[in-house]
Amino acid sequence: MSEPVASTPHNDYEKVLKDSSKDVASFDSDKPSALHKFRHFLHSNPSAVSLIVLVVSLFVFGLTLGGKFFSAFSLTLILQQVAITGIVGAAQSLVIMTAGIDLSVGAIMVLSSVVMGQFSFRYGLPPELAILCGFITGALCGFINGVLIAKVKLPPFIVTLGMWQIVLASNFLYSANETIRSQEIETNAPILQFFGETFKFGGAVFTYGVIAMILLVAVLWYVLNHTAWGRHLYAVGDDPEAADLSGVNVQRMLISVYVISGVICALAGWALIGRIGSVSPTAGQFANIESITAVVIGGISLFGGRGSILGMMFGALIVGVFSLGLRLLGTDVQWTYLLIGVLIIVAVAADQWIRKASR
Amino acid sequence: MPQENIQTRKPILTGRNLVKRYGRVTAIDNADFDLYPGEILAVIGDNGAGKSSLIKAISGAIRPDEGEIRMDGELVHFASPIEARKAGIETVYQNLALSPALSIADNMFLGREIRKPGFMGKVLRKLDHGAMEKMARDKLSELGLMTIQNINQAVETLSGGQRQGVAVARAAAFGSKVIILDEPTAALGVKESRRVLELILDVRSRGIPIVLISHNMPHVFEIADRIHIHRLGKRLTVINPKDYTMSDAVAFMTGAKVPEPIAA
Repeated sequence: MSEPVASTPHNDYEKVLKDSSKDVASFDSDKPSALHKFRHFLHSNPSAVSLIVLVVSLFVFGLTLGGKFFSAFSLTLILQQVAITGIVGAAQSLVIMTAGIDLSVGAIMVLSSVVMGQFSFRYGLPPELAILCGFITGALCGFINGVLIAKVKLPPFIVTLGMWQIVLASNFLYSANETIRSQEIETNAPILQFFGETFKFGGAVFTYGVIAMILLVAVLWYVLNHTAWGRHLYAVGDDPEAADLSGVNVQRMLISVYVISGVICALAGWALIGRIGSVSPTAGQFANIESITAVVIGGISLFGGRGSILGMMFGALIVGVFSLGLRLLGTDVQWTYLLIGVLIIVAVAADQWIRKASR
Repeated sequence: MPQENIQTRKPILTGRNLVKRYGRVTAIDNADFDLYPGEILAVIGDNGAGKSSLIKAISGAIRPDEGEIRMDGELVHFASPIEARKAGIETVYQNLALSPALSIADNMFLGREIRKPGFMGKVLRKLDHGAMEKMARDKLSELGLMTIQNINQAVETLSGGQRQGVAVARAAAFGSKVIILDEPTAALGVKESRRVLELILDVRSRGIPIVLISHNMPHVFEIADRIHIHRLGKRLTVINPKDYTMSDAVAFMTGAKVPEPIAA
């Protein structure tokens, strides 16, 4: 067995090698500029941008509005308002990290909530069982999405665009456009409103829906960063072929992501009943767009493989802070939409710039 | 690598009468293949000669229609690259199969993560980042790649040669029996190619045999112990780079010259 030796140049074109370093594939260590370092920091901490924007916007609104905005009550009100978006956004984050998109999240959420309500009231099932059926409905919708995307290999955009219509139509057909009123739920199946219950902590008012969102994001953060499933999710979103060659079962991975997304949407459906009090088949129409907005502002790349679930929560909170802050300032609500539109574009531009840190 | 040693040793990996057809095209036509312990075997051939099909058959990416593959004398059938990998054959693909956004350590353990012992690992499925990072760092320093300051650096922040280094280190860390390298220097500059070649020699010095597919004749002649020349779907001959010139090899490859019957 011969020892490896630094071989002598063979050809003319290799002459430059003679005095070059003998280290094997060593890593550059030239001093980068401050801007470079900042970009690298953002590159390795994908949720930092949205956190900075969140803190700055809190600060600006706090300064202009004073105690009206910067009170425990107002700040927890924001949390209550973004709880549903945050939960659906968690589902959306998982899907977008695999370089997919789920347009059917809102529809699945509403159908699940309708199943929970109708199964309790129309069939007289115990509400706990009806809730379970709602979760199964969510999982099933997600499973159909997953199979069509992973096995039949249809583009996620098309599959979930179709499922959005199918699920929403099924929701209206099944519910016969009937709303179950709040008082009925309160007397017969209060558990359906569980996530709407509030508890006070000084001036701060929390609902269980807020707690559910924070817990969900925390659990998903753990799963994404500290389990093999989470690492595989990033790998699949990044480069499915490379993930496959490295021994990741890409199809199973994708199906599991869409099923979990469906289950989380069902959770959002349950929380939705708590938020609005009643079971309404027309609620939550904009949940899919709101969730995508939160994900994008949160700095999760639409091309997959990058981003942090914490960023999504910050993104949802930014939208909440803007809505409440601008409303308290007495501006036209359209200004909120306009600014959020600007934020979306800025967020994607920032994502592109940060990605260049790899060069 | 003394030649006479090879003659007396048993091959670690053999292919006999391998055939693979795609419709009416025969990609592998009764090809043979031998890899001996501790050697670097280069596989060369013209475009379309079927060398990638041959390598894919050995690495489990395709299943040959006929013929047999033996590893340490045992008959093996690989249904997928994963199975070949379990048997100890690691392949470094030309596209490297790395996930750019994941860290060096994550990439090295992708698909074979280590979990924490006890409750945290079994129930909460918590990964043992510490152990994986340590092992990744050890492997990289073993191969002289440890000028990396940060094992948690994303792979996309590395240069082409460094990525190749990580991919080879991953193969060397887990490839207990055979490492297959597909065009490892094709996308690299002169300096980086040189480093990767040295890395390959370094891996061989650890006793792991290497199959090297390359178009680069100077590289092949520099580091290969034997050269398998593939032509028209089969093994034309195996030559010792010390006995032949590069132009001989090219002449065999293109059919301009016919070799004497196989000695090896």
